[in-house]
Amino acid sequence: MDFSLSQEQQMTQKMVREFAQKEIAPVIKEYDRKQEPIPFALKRMGELGILGLPFPVRYGGAGMDYVALGLACEELEAVDTSLRVVMSVHTGLCGMTVLQWGTEEQKQKFLVPLARGEKIGCGAFTEPGAGSDVAAMRASAKRDGDSYILNGEKMWISLAALADLALVTVKTNPSARKPSEGLSCFIVDLHSPGVRRDDIHGKLGVRAGSTGWINFQDVKVPADNRIGEEGEGFKITMSAFDHGRYTVASGATGMIRACLEASVSYARTRTTFGKPIAEHQLIKEKIAKMAQDHEIARLLYLQAGWMQNMGKRNTLQTSYAKKFATEASFSAANEAIQIHGAYGFSDEFDVERYLRNSKGAVIYEGSSEIQVLIQSGYALGERSDKPLRCELPAYDETYWQG
Amino acid sequence: MKIIACIKQVPDSEAKVRAEDRKVSWGESPLVINPFDEYAVEGALQQKEAQSGASSSLSTVTALCIGPESAREALKHALAMGADDAILISDPALDAERLDTLGAARLLTAAIQKIGDVDMVMFGRQTLDNGAGITPAQTARLLGWPMLGLSGQIKVQDGNVSVERVIEEGRQTVSAKLPAVLSVVQSIGEPRYPSFMGIRKASKANIPVWSLSDVGASAPEPIVKRTELMNPPVRDTAVEIISGESPAEIAEKLADKILAEKVL
Repeated sequence: MDFSLSQEQQMTQKMVREFAQKEIAPVIKEYDRKQEPIPFALKRMGELGILGLPFPVRYGGAGMDYVALGLACEELEAVDTSLRVVMSVHTGLCGMTVLQWGTEEQKQKFLVPLARGEKIGCGAFTEPGAGSDVAAMRASAKRDGDSYILNGEKMWISLAALADLALVTVKTNPSARKPSEGLSCFIVDLHSPGVRRDDIHGKLGVRAGSTGWINFQDVKVPADNRIGEEGEGFKITMSAFDHGRYTVASGATGMIRACLEASVSYARTRTTFGKPIAEHQLIKEKIAKMAQDHEIARLLYLQAGWMQNMGKRNTLQTSYAKKFATEASFSAANEAIQIHGAYGFSDEFDVERYLRNSKGAVIYEGSSEIQVLIQSGYALGERSDKPLRCELPAYDETYWQG
Repeated sequence: MKIIACIKQVPDSEAKVRAEDRKVSWGESPLVINPFDEYAVEGALQQKEAQSGASSSLSTVTALCIGPESAREALKHALAMGADDAILISDPALDAERLDTLGAARLLTAAIQKIGDVDMVMFGRQTLDNGAGITPAQTARLLGWPMLGLSGQIKVQDGNVSVERVIEEGRQTVSAKLPAVLSVVQSIGEPRYPSFMGIRKASKANIPVWSLSDVGASAPEPIVKRTELMNPPVRDTAVEIISGESPAEIAEKLADKILAEKVL
């Protein structure tokens, strides 16, 4: 078994790390305090090709593999969660889902500008009354000639106020035998008449990230913008969650690393009872737990990334990675504050931001409780992977970089 | 226009140097492209881009490095930034401990002459490990070309290169006929990140290795010899927290301490 990273993966990791540390780390505290997105972040991530990292060059992407995407997310969230959230919704939920389910025309029309960073995408699934229970959503679309008319409201949508395109799941058949069979997905131009959107303020964390709501009132969407067939919306949304969860898992791994590095650095310099606190056994225990969790989280997401590269379904493995890494990052941030003592309680140090940021990921992209249901479903034989009409294509270097 | 960017692989800037068994040790530190040389690559790429617009002939940037096999990684970084090709000068007969700046300049000169038709050679201002900063001048001397040191903004026109330098009195513009050797400083602009296109190219690059016989040179004898190598004495420091009823009282105690310790 070869655990080593390829040259491309290592260079991608280094490049993304340098970008995040040089350009974002010096200003993140300021924008987190102001509760504003860093104004240049999206533009720079687009210019550098990070937004299109896992897409084939022929679709405007960087031609890297899915493992490299995970490594990039780890580096981004090691600096701030808001950067990784961009990858989750623009690259994961929106772009990768178009790559998987879109027709060739749709890839040319939507994926190319997304991969080049010329347009920003997001995923709009959650509603004020429906989150993890996707099939309970109320937003709807009715066929009207060559178009659909969309109505409804989506909530807790990252990049809602900044995106140009949204992958939106709505109900197209209210009388479907099962609610999950009545859903369809569309790429909606968020500059269309009838779309209203704005940010939500007062969040606990990810304050330098844009999170908002989108309201659709009689929004006309061309039928050509429907991703997949009518009624395939649930399956497409679940695919989107697989992609999003993978970025969340790898990002949360970066958060654990950030907590570990901050804790090690502080514990070596802070002294109590005549010696650095790193020499106290109770502090060692916390640090060892963080180091171990980082290793486990990393192995779990790399496994999921490897499976994506091989073209293997990875819903279960991605669920393991997402649940473990997000819960471990919350725990690591909590312990990092404990190690920092009263200093950790103030925003003079980064660890309080880590704790605030880490909580969201335990909830979004399928809460921990939903991950338990997924995992127990597989374990009890109640759930299995059925072939999809469109699978995420396996990474083929020749095709990707040709 | 043919531009050479000379680079070196050095220990990471956070590495701690120690004398061990009469040798310099950087511990297990990761090896990286000399950060000052990233500016040389950046400067070379800027000139390539400027010349590509101004001239019909193709401009190229070649990264050149002396070092062991591991130094390929530094060259790959230059390729990922956008260099067209890279050459490693490496030979079992080369001993890093015995290769001083003049020795390096001799090998680089031989390689530059082998490449042929070179218009400009760029260096970083110094290396992070030895930090002598004289290899650019020694290379210029051996090539018999003019040397423009500590260059900021660079302009090439009609076979001349002019560079801007920041000096104590203000700014100075100096120029020379091409071919020339330049050492560049940070004001040339922040080195660009490797691009994904560059990363793809670099990871697949087959970097040629030139041995001493390939460049027609023998292992240079050092003219600088280390007679002794020792670690600096360990400094014994102590921290004392000065307390008092008021800031004025604390300041007074601090001033007394500073005077008593003869710091001032």
